[in-house]
Amino acid sequence: MTGVGILLRSHLRRDRWIILWWCLGGVLLYWSQAVSIEGLYATQAEFDQAAAAMDDNAAFIAMAGPARALDTVGGQVAWQATAFGAVVAGLMSMFLIGRHSRAEEESGRDELVRSAAIDRRAPVSAALIVALVANLLLGVLVTLSLLTVRSEDAVLKGLPLPVADSIGIGLGLTACGWVFSGVALVAAQLTQSTRAMYGLAGSVIGVAYGLRAVGDVGNEALSWLSPIGWYQAMHPYSGLRWWPALLMIAAACLTAAAAFAVFGRRDIGSGLLADRPGPAEAGSGLRSGLGLAWRLQRGSVYGWSAGLFLTGLSYGSIGDSVEDLVGDSEFAEAFGAGVTDSLVEGFYAVAIVQLALIACGFAISSTLRPRAEEDAGHSEVLLATGLSRRSWLAGHVLVTVAGTAALLTLGGLGLGIGYAATTGDSGAVLRYLGPVLPYLAPVLVLSAVARLLYGLWPRALVAAWLPLVLAVVVLIFGDVLQLPEWLQALSPFEHLALVPAEDFEVAPVVAVALLATLLSVGGQIAFRRRDIG
Amino acid sequence: MTTETAAPVIQVEGLVKKFGSLRALDGLDLEVAPGEVHGFLGPNGSGKSTTIRVLLGLLRKDAGTVRMLDGDPWRDAARLHRRLAYVPGDVSLWPNLTGGEAIDLLGRLRGGLDNRRRQELLERFELDPTKRGRSYSKGNRQKVALVAALASDVELLLLDEPTSGLDPLMEGVFTEYVDTFRDRGGTVLLSSHILAEVEKLCERVSIIRAGRIVESGTLADLRHLTRTSIDAELAGPPDGLARLAGVHDLDVQGNRVRFDVETDVLDEAIGALHRIGLRTLVSQPPTLEELFLRHYGDVVADVPAEAEHP
Ligand SMILES: Nc1ncnc2c1ncn2[C@@H]1O[C@H](COP(=O)(O)OP(=O)(O)OP(=O)(O)O)[C@@H](O)[C@H]1O
Ligand SMILES: [Mg+2]
Repeated sequence: MTGVGILLRSHLRRDRWIILWWCLGGVLLYWSQAVSIEGLYATQAEFDQAAAAMDDNAAFIAMAGPARALDTVGGQVAWQATAFGAVVAGLMSMFLIGRHSRAEEESGRDELVRSAAIDRRAPVSAALIVALVANLLLGVLVTLSLLTVRSEDAVLKGLPLPVADSIGIGLGLTACGWVFSGVALVAAQLTQSTRAMYGLAGSVIGVAYGLRAVGDVGNEALSWLSPIGWYQAMHPYSGLRWWPALLMIAAACLTAAAAFAVFGRRDIGSGLLADRPGPAEAGSGLRSGLGLAWRLQRGSVYGWSAGLFLTGLSYGSIGDSVEDLVGDSEFAEAFGAGVTDSLVEGFYAVAIVQLALIACGFAISSTLRPRAEEDAGHSEVLLATGLSRRSWLAGHVLVTVAGTAALLTLGGLGLGIGYAATTGDSGAVLRYLGPVLPYLAPVLVLSAVARLLYGLWPRALVAAWLPLVLAVVVLIFGDVLQLPEWLQALSPFEHLALVPAEDFEVAPVVAVALLATLLSVGGQIAFRRRDIG
Repeated sequence: MTTETAAPVIQVEGLVKKFGSLRALDGLDLEVAPGEVHGFLGPNGSGKSTTIRVLLGLLRKDAGTVRMLDGDPWRDAARLHRRLAYVPGDVSLWPNLTGGEAIDLLGRLRGGLDNRRRQELLERFELDPTKRGRSYSKGNRQKVALVAALASDVELLLLDEPTSGLDPLMEGVFTEYVDTFRDRGGTVLLSSHILAEVEKLCERVSIIRAGRIVESGTLADLRHLTRTSIDAELAGPPDGLARLAGVHDLDVQGNRVRFDVETDVLDEAIGALHRIGLRTLVSQPPTLEELFLRHYGDVVADVPAEAEHP
């Protein structure tokens, strides 16, 4: 096919870093499981105890997969990494294919390429090959990384990891990624815009994950409807079998063939599914800056809320078996040290800060949304109407603040409900929701820093993420790396009491909230004084 | 040059806008009288969009005075904006809002739409309001902004290359609506690169170059400043023409003569030809094109001296 080679070379050159980062993420996911389990349990007895606790925890199984050979290192890696690994491979395939097929067509660049002397199917083929190569690389790197896990004085079962199973887990990941590549390629033919394509391919990945979750907990047949289920059915490290890989390769071929068949029947630039027509007139919600801000951001509020609730739920569902899971190894001592005697309370105090840090992801990106509006030229048209700068920005600020509050509340509820469901202690719902709420203040400090930047130096906005990086580093490595006191104090999260491990204190919360308000108001005033665009 | 007595709708004096070290506007003067369609012309990067953004209070001026609709565009932005509508040259729509939703949103934020006119405009522009912003073509995105602007009840339209991407048929519809808008007493500032459109719509034009106005006046005034080209065959050799001030590029071949003449000495030049005896005469009226090209090009020296500082 003329042109595939040229396109492929140019794609791979453009994508080499992106692909490398994705692979690095995937490798870390697998490799870190193997390494961390080794460090987590001092004796096989401890490990057995933890494995028993996980074995019959439905929430864990729904999240990760069928519990097999959890008392071996390999079994743990397969259990904890494969479902998420498959999602990583799926998302990588989706983005790579979207980027080189639908996005190119949407931007019209594709037409330029096509006007050169290349085969009609060359761009689609090149996009597919990029995804196939990337998944192969991912699988090979995962295998290689697992093969490096050696231990001189292995106390835990299953070390070193068997070579055949390590190859199986890597190539299974590749094959699963190939299925999602085929799916993404079909989605790119059906839809008309990149956004819609990501929506369609993303929901297939989501449904694949959900089907196997339900299947693994209940009716096993459902897991067989999901490519992720097929991957896990290879049973790496617990009686490896190869034939599910063939199933995945067959599915990948089928979906790719289907994509090419659809491609042959459609016009360039269009999809098989046209965009559904929308309302010809605006609803009553769309009449103010706030109404528009909500309309633009509600999808992300819903998504993050669901994510935070589920994260809270999964933390909570560990219940009071924290001790079993963590054991009383050195790690556990470090984890609870200086916080409290009760491991459970220490664990949840830190879990709550982690929830808050996740909420920062929403808070900061939501704060940056006005900049995206400005860059796209939307704010220019809006601010040329009766909408003042003050109310335009205030609308977005309100969505950010209320959205963050909703996120934290749902995260706390998830935590409490998960805990209550596991332990039967219904009072836990409020006990765990309460301590989450004060974290609205430090989360909003990070958001307000972003807003101040937006008002003063909109071109330096990437810097808005630095405080979050700092807060994460301080929380996770602050004591380990013995970071200086003043550096740790820069993170607003460090000033709040670690409830429930410590007693609640009002003063720091008020002070931090005041800081957030000042910074935010400063940013809004600065915005009113600068050029737009 | 202005004869109107009513207070101008837009009055800009000595406006300076700097982007870093670049003086995008460098002492710009601009006056738009009520009820006129004012053409705003100039080469790429000369500062048209920047001027309009200052008028909209989107950019902060560095020096000069700016009044619009009896207010300060920076301080009274939102209040003034309810009385005007703005159409940029490159409209970008929210990808997941439909065209209809965008029209209503902009209209409501301006203080209300005329629903009957909205419907009529949608039909005339053949625009489907149920499509999502991401799936409109360039021309159709432009139409969304035009419908939102033309269906609003406002006094002033600020249009920055509003017809870029429209097909000629739709451009005709646009012209028609701007005409009606003016007939209702509205004022328009129209930045455009399409001379035919300007010639059709505008009474007065201002030409901007490198951040300054180099020419401003009615189209008739401007025509006056250009030259008519003459191509004639005479009864005898054309002597003495070269001595006439205002005759340029004289080219004599036997009894045939070709030259450009400034409009104010046209009468004299034809008189001279007449005295020798005219056999044939072809005269090219001055085109706007010529005038613009002269201002757009690098050779400013070619511009008649009195026109450079109106
Ligand atoms: N935000 C900005 N930052 C820096 N320079 C700018 C900015 N906006 C405009 N300029 C510069 O100011 C000058 C005037 O630009 P402007 O957009 O006003 O030109 P224009 O007359 O509208 O041109 P065109 O006909 O191409 O639309 C240009 O040199 C441009 O590069
Ligand atoms: Mg412009």
